[in-house]
Amino acid sequence: MGKVRTARLDNGLTVLIKELHTAPLVSVWCWYRVGSGDEQPGRTGVSHWVEHMNFKGTVRIPRDEMKGIVEKFGGTWNGYTWIDQTTYLETAGKDALDTLLFIEAERMANGLYEPAECESERTVIISELQGGENDPDQLLDTEVTASAFRAHPYRHPTIGWIDDLRSMTRDDLYGHYRRHYVPTNATLVVVGAVDAETVLRGAEKHFGSIAPGVPLVRARAHEPRQLGERRVRIEREGTTAYLKYAWHAPSATDADFFPMLVLDAGLTGAKGMNLWTSFRGVPPQRKARLYGALVERGLASAVSGSLIATAEPFLYNVSLTAMEGVPLASLEDATDAEIARVRSSGLTDAEVARAKRQLRARLVFENDSVTNVAHQVGYFETVVGPGYLDAVADRVRAVTAEQVADVAARRLGSDTRTVGWFKPVART
Amino acid sequence: MTATVEGGLSPVRRLLDNGVVVIAQETAFSPAVTISLAFRAGSLYEPADRTGLAWFLGRVIDRGTTTRPADAIADGFDDRGVALKVSTNRHLTTMSCTCLSEDFGDVLGVLADVARDPVFPHEEIDKRRAETITVIRQDQDNPGVRAAEALQALLYGDAHPYGRPAKGRIATVERFTREDLLAHHAARFAPSTLTVVVAGDIRPAEAAKQIEAAFDGWHTAPSGERDVPPVPRASGTRIAIEMPDKSQSDIAYGFTSISRFDPAYCAHWMMNTILGQFGLGGRLAENIRERQGMAYYAFSSFDPSVGPGPLVIRAGVDPANVARALDAIDAEVAALGRDGATEREFLETRQFLIGSIPRMLENNASIALFLHAVEFFGLGLDYDRRLPGLLGAVTIADVNAAAASVLDPSRACAAVAGPTFARGDA
Repeated sequence: MGKVRTARLDNGLTVLIKELHTAPLVSVWCWYRVGSGDEQPGRTGVSHWVEHMNFKGTVRIPRDEMKGIVEKFGGTWNGYTWIDQTTYLETAGKDALDTLLFIEAERMANGLYEPAECESERTVIISELQGGENDPDQLLDTEVTASAFRAHPYRHPTIGWIDDLRSMTRDDLYGHYRRHYVPTNATLVVVGAVDAETVLRGAEKHFGSIAPGVPLVRARAHEPRQLGERRVRIEREGTTAYLKYAWHAPSATDADFFPMLVLDAGLTGAKGMNLWTSFRGVPPQRKARLYGALVERGLASAVSGSLIATAEPFLYNVSLTAMEGVPLASLEDATDAEIARVRSSGLTDAEVARAKRQLRARLVFENDSVTNVAHQVGYFETVVGPGYLDAVADRVRAVTAEQVADVAARRLGSDTRTVGWFKPVART
Repeated sequence: MTATVEGGLSPVRRLLDNGVVVIAQETAFSPAVTISLAFRAGSLYEPADRTGLAWFLGRVIDRGTTTRPADAIADGFDDRGVALKVSTNRHLTTMSCTCLSEDFGDVLGVLADVARDPVFPHEEIDKRRAETITVIRQDQDNPGVRAAEALQALLYGDAHPYGRPAKGRIATVERFTREDLLAHHAARFAPSTLTVVVAGDIRPAEAAKQIEAAFDGWHTAPSGERDVPPVPRASGTRIAIEMPDKSQSDIAYGFTSISRFDPAYCAHWMMNTILGQFGLGGRLAENIRERQGMAYYAFSSFDPSVGPGPLVIRAGVDPANVARALDAIDAEVAALGRDGATEREFLETRQFLIGSIPRMLENNASIALFLHAVEFFGLGLDYDRRLPGLLGAVTIADVNAAAASVLDPSRACAAVAGPTFARGDA
């Protein structure tokens, strides 16, 4: 597998290329260093809405031609927005390269933002939000996250608060777009059966004339230290009870991050580090601490953990589905006992060794396609910065049992956590 | 560099002496291998009063064998970062996982043992039963699942294997016994119902040799072969499932369609792509999402099987917009059924599907899925190379005939789950 080649155009656009001749495909991603963590109160959800608008036509790709331009090459396209990043991708036959670069350059510089299209998309996004609210676990997640942060903008959901979605204007969207969609704030990633020189020439051809933009400095409120446990209790119609914990997590660059990743693997099974693919499906977790203590003992039907590499400290979540008939208080007591145990004595050497073996394998599995490789290259460049991804395997390998015990003791305290209950009530 | 699939697949197929079919495709994506065992043991083969048994068996099968307790199986997978996924559809129970190439032999050994000699311990049955009941209760609170399951029952009848809920019902799950599981396993898990597909960083000959060794000495014979019962005529029934506390209503709308063996398969595939797949979701998304801004998602899917599979349209809309969305679906269905596709749609769709074949084979797991379909439906090992020709031979008249044969709103069944009526709409 080839190395990643890095180049920077004169206008500041970073270009990362990896030749991978394993399939006749190319995956092109354009990443922007802006996400919901960069939004102001009153305009929450603007990054995600802007992402939607960037599929609604450009000066040289009218909306009606957006549909079909990638499909001509058998391709698929998508995009997503999260707290630190917004990204767009196409994976298609390798002959599509020039067209895909053209699309991404158009998206960066020439979005139309027609007022009628902005209005039409408002209700689409509200529908997306309502669909999420149908899921009690997601509803609980939104409430727990909002409670866990007092000041930091990671507190609001990426989709935004409903009132902001109702009141935001076309100018809010367009202003956000123009400010952030500039070469100095973007990374173009190309992975697949391509020639790196050809990609560079194509990047220069399509992006070279775009003005660099004003360099942006991230200015986010600092989250004050949490002084006591916070609790959220949702009682709504439903059939199933859910329990969720959130602790303040280390950022990707914090020395605690990799010990914490190993700790999570020991508690709930290793997922890997690919936000695009690794969190789908159930991880290897039959031997994981919380699975054994809660699922195998019949208190929960499912347990999952989530530690994601982020630019600033986000949350470490443990989420549980209560077994039918098990009271949430009982499930919480049993979970607390396990958390107390790992805080006092860490994981065993055997557990740490297993967790590291699992992570080693998952880091391989999550790079199984040009699309997934391209995601990882762009994600870490955007969220953390150059060089991080190359060192991940070594950083996992270097974690010791002492470090795991230390982060468990320091970071899983009850006074710095937020605990959420979703308690179903019968319809009256 | 070895084993690039830049020019298409080159799978190797071997029929072992005991009847196991092995298909291996070497790739160079990563130092990993996907192993996938598919048994013809899906929900079609459940006793009529044991709905959900095949799915439930998939939850318990890896919890102990004659030689390995559950804990040893967990060690065998967990220590190598492997998560076994067991999925059950109407015809197949598929056990799949991905492992590092270096772990192939060890993981295959555990997998083969689990498939051949499960013991279904009582204690494990009780634990997994409680989990399954919880999962069914979660489904009961999920408007998307409620609408989809109700539509299946409307289309096929709730006693038909294509109409029953895959996970069963709480009342049936509560009755499952160890003997039920042993009987289903004995009847349907046998060498001659098994296809093993391996895709990844391993030589096909080496993979086949190890698989032959893993299943050596296994000579049980299956029983209970079944045909798909006739599919009832579409009733055109539409129902609402009230879930007043939900924010959004889920619509499931559809028809029974064709068998995968139908010669018109490619024409129906293209028709469905035009209706609800192309771009963001074909004509349906263009109308409901793009023009009317009513839904985050609107699409159709098409799942032909041994018997006539369903063509299902899905959309999630504000409860106030349910009637408008159903009108829009009716209008799009009627228009494509009556007037057919435009020449441009037809050409774009054909080019798209032909071009998308390499992407359908982008990683080991998707190659394994493709090769299972190749074997199950007898499509031929060169199917990925022949598919462009098959699609290229479809005419616009074929696509329009496919649309006319299925897309008639008066025959459509529909289920809407959500607060549809609570807000005085629809």
